[in-house]
Amino acid sequence: MTVGLEHYLTVGAILFSLGVFAVMTRRNTVALLMGVELILNSANINFVAFSRYVERGIEGHLMAAFVIALAAAEAAVGLAIVLAMFRNFGTVHVETVNRLKR
Amino acid sequence: MSGDLVFYGFALLTVLAGFFVVFSRNIVHAGFSLLFTLFGVAGLFALLGADFLAVTQVIVYIGGVLVLILFVVMMTRIPRGYLPRRGFDHMVPAGALAIVLFALLYKVVTGTGWAVREPGPAHPTISEIGARLMTTHIFPFEFVSLVLLVAMIGAAILIREREAPAGEEPAAGGGPAAPDEEVRS
Repeated sequence: MTVGLEHYLTVGAILFSLGVFAVMTRRNTVALLMGVELILNSANINFVAFSRYVERGIEGHLMAAFVIALAAAEAAVGLAIVLAMFRNFGTVHVETVNRLKR
Repeated sequence: MSGDLVFYGFALLTVLAGFFVVFSRNIVHAGFSLLFTLFGVAGLFALLGADFLAVTQVIVYIGGVLVLILFVVMMTRIPRGYLPRRGFDHMVPAGALAIVLFALLYKVVTGTGWAVREPGPAHPTISEIGARLMTTHIFPFEFVSLVLLVAMIGAAILIREREAPAGEEPAAGGGPAAPDEEVRS
C-alpha cells in the first residue's frame, strides 16, 4: 500500500493521543510541557499533510510556521513559570503546587 | 518503493521516541527522546515537500525549545532527601481516554473520503512563503511577532529575582542581586 494522506494523519493521531496521555498523567511539569509539544507537532503534521494532498498549496505550511512560532513562545513562558514555581515551592511536581500565593 | 520505506522509517522513529517521551520515568531520558521525535517530524515535513518547515523545525524546536527544556531540567534539581512520587497519575482512566481518542481519530481518518488529489513533484516553498508572509498574511505575521515579544518580556519578568517583599525571607540574596538566569526564547 503506497503511502498517502491517511498514513500521515495516523502518525498525527498517535502523537496527539500520546501527548494527551502525557498531559493527563505526568507529575513533573516539564514532562507535561513535553506532552504539549507533542500535541502541537501532531497538529503541524496534519496541516502539512493536508496542504500537500488536499489543498496542494502553501496555506498549510504558513499555518504550521505560525504554530511553530507560537509553540516557541509557549515553551518560553511555560518554562519560566516552571522556574518561578521551583523557586517558590522547591519542586516542579504538580500535586504539591496547590496554592496561588504564599 | 523507497520513498515509502523512508516514510515508515521516520514514522517509526517519531512514534517510538514519542512513546519514550511519554513513558520514560527519567525526565532527562524523556527530553532526549523528544529530540528524536522532533527530528522524525522534521523528516516527515521534508517528505511532504515542506523544506522550509523541516529546517525551521530543526532550528526552532531542536535548537531552541529542546535546549530550553534541558536547561530547565538542569535548573530544577530536586533537593536531596525529598523523594516525590515520580511517574504517573491516573494511569487507567487517562490510558483509556487516550486509546478511545486514538480509535476515534483513526476511524475519522480512515473513514472519511478525503478529496485527495495526486500531488505533483515538490517545489521549493521558501520564496512563496516569504512572499505570502509579506502580502496576504502580513497581519498574522506581525501578530506573531508581537506575541513573541510579549512572551520574551513575560518570561524575563517571571523568572526575575524577587526583591525581598516586606520582611519575608530577609536573607534571600540581599537586595538587588543580578538575575543570573539567562533568558532564552
